[in-house]
Amino acid sequence: MTTFLGMPATAPRGVGNLRGEQTFPEAAHEALANSQMRRNLRHATTTIRGKSGKVIAELPDWQALRDAGSAIKADVMSRLPDLLLELEQKVTDAGGVVHWAADANEANAIVTRLVRETGSDRVIKVKSMATQEIGLNEALEEAGIAPVETDLAELIVQLGHDKPSHILVPAIHRNRSEIREIFLREMPGVDPALTDDPPVLAAAARKYLRETFLSTKVAVSGANFAVAETGTLAVVESEGNGRMCLTLPDTLITVMGIEKVVPTWQDLEVFLQLLPRASTGERMNPYTTMWTGVTPGDGPQNFHLILLDNGRSAVLADEVGRSALHCIRCSACLNVCPVYERAGGHSYGSVYPGPIGAVLSPQLTGIEDNASLPYASSLCGACFDACPVKIDIPSLLVHLRDKAPHPRSERAAMAAAAWLMDKPKMYASAQRAAKLARIAGRRGRGLPPPLSGWTAGRDLPEFPSQTFRDWWAAR
Amino acid sequence: MRIALFATCLADTLFPEAAKATVLLLERLGHEVVFPFEQTCCGQMHVNTGYQKEALPLIKRYVRTFEPYDVIVAPSGSCVGSIRHQHSMVAAKHGEAGLAARASAVGERTYELSELLIDVLKIEDVGAFYPHKVTYHPTCHSLRMTRVGDKPLRLLRQVRGLDLVELPAADQCCGFGGTFALKNAETSTAMLADKMTNIVSTGADVCSAGDASCLMHIGGGLSRLRTGVRTVHLAEILASTES
Repeated sequence: MTTFLGMPATAPRGVGNLRGEQTFPEAAHEALANSQMRRNLRHATTTIRGKSGKVIAELPDWQALRDAGSAIKADVMSRLPDLLLELEQKVTDAGGVVHWAADANEANAIVTRLVRETGSDRVIKVKSMATQEIGLNEALEEAGIAPVETDLAELIVQLGHDKPSHILVPAIHRNRSEIREIFLREMPGVDPALTDDPPVLAAAARKYLRETFLSTKVAVSGANFAVAETGTLAVVESEGNGRMCLTLPDTLITVMGIEKVVPTWQDLEVFLQLLPRASTGERMNPYTTMWTGVTPGDGPQNFHLILLDNGRSAVLADEVGRSALHCIRCSACLNVCPVYERAGGHSYGSVYPGPIGAVLSPQLTGIEDNASLPYASSLCGACFDACPVKIDIPSLLVHLRDKAPHPRSERAAMAAAAWLMDKPKMYASAQRAAKLARIAGRRGRGLPPPLSGWTAGRDLPEFPSQTFRDWWAAR
Repeated sequence: MRIALFATCLADTLFPEAAKATVLLLERLGHEVVFPFEQTCCGQMHVNTGYQKEALPLIKRYVRTFEPYDVIVAPSGSCVGSIRHQHSMVAAKHGEAGLAARASAVGERTYELSELLIDVLKIEDVGAFYPHKVTYHPTCHSLRMTRVGDKPLRLLRQVRGLDLVELPAADQCCGFGGTFALKNAETSTAMLADKMTNIVSTGADVCSAGDASCLMHIGGGLSRLRTGVRTVHLAEILASTES
């Protein structure tokens, strides 16, 4: 029996954090003027790049591991429905409850209902991209439930009424004196004599979080991986806050993008090597927490897994574009991206910044809503080389640009150029005409839009006295 | 050897010296260079800006023009990368399986200049003389799409009189990226600013590269800042001799 469930839908508007209010060039205009942020970003990405490069160089089989990671992900995408059904069965068998959420609205409604059923008006949160994506914190607050981020960087972002600007290091755009100010202003019970010494700041956050961990009965997490064969969920993290949330509360609610499933435990072996080295430059992440349903007397006694689509099926439907779903959120592509390093994460307008965001966000929302993102790259290819699961981001960008809506004047100019370039004789005449017209004028300054962007910072070359083909013909 | 030159639209129109130097260098090394007049542009600008359908006739033109030749050279790592990796991809995507196969075959015979010299002609010392302090920007597409590796540097190291100085953060993009420089002009300029700072820090008189496009961008910035540093295509350095 087959059931038609409708065409895959993109992520709905008006909820979540996948769409910016500005185009990338508009948002980047503001970010580029923020010299403090650019210094913070450059320092942080340079440091991570160095660390990561060093530990990757230790592995003789890094390229083979990348191939393996890529192959496992391609296999997962080719049989995603079956794997998800297997996962649902195994989680249910182990005492968990599985919910399916078609989009952000459904997922937020399910989590809100589940929290309300516990009677709690506060949840502790493990750092999670999926819940940022769907705007869960905003939805919970609207329902009168206080979400408390427990990842240090996410906490800084939350207290600063800010948005994350990096997948892994959400507060990468902040320095320690900015963090001190945020803590003094927003952290309940903070010592007014707080200094900007990193250990002092960390101790302040620890004290605040410890109290919160011990007094909150419900936790919300994301998942880095879900193993279909046993129904096991996994979260990898560095601070241990995640493990507190995953073990202390009575109720645990996990929101997971459907692409996070892997077939077997053996597949985890590959990703647990790839992820920390590509991501934080560590040989192994400090905390790997895994849980399978409910274990009586140990850990949360109620476990809910929400399988989130929110546009993923639409991405999966594109044979080329679907490889964006291979992403394991390591952020290696952000750390090597020269565009990200200058423009910062907020310019991408989505919870997924950087190169992977430029290909993932427009696919999740529909390209019309994020049409400037595939162009937020110089196609330098550094992201492809850095990606631990070998996502060919430059090719994806080119693929999406081909689908993006184009400005009418650009379309006309490109069509005219192609037409002319397909006629060598007319092309040669045009080359000579352009030289005579001296469109460059005044040493190339002050060209009209869209060429004005060039002459704002660069001189145009002088037209040579003779084209190459004329030189060749005259030889 | 008989070698067909793909001059690239940019070198043909704006930087003929790079294409001329390619011809003079190969002829000096005893090879015959032919320039098929039917050539124009590889179509990379169209593909990379999101106009694959418009690029298709240009891809067909490239394949038709260069199919008769066994060895094709272009003084551009970027165009060669596009020819090798994008032509067959675009053709296949637009239902032209036959063209895709032909494009792959022609793409395999299309070489970037330093590849042609080292891999095909098996020569590292081309007998050049260039008495200047030079730093080399490897260009992203040469590095990551065409994978020329250190071949340009190996060639430069053999040039007499040339003082090669290492460029800090050499593998970082200069910010050109074709229409990226127009669509995201401010980000592009910020990337260029860092590239220029690195170039100037080397104390070199000349910044060289294997792509006229990146050199146009870098050169335009260096000129605006009146740094006095010149941009010179790799081919021009290799073609340069004492006499």
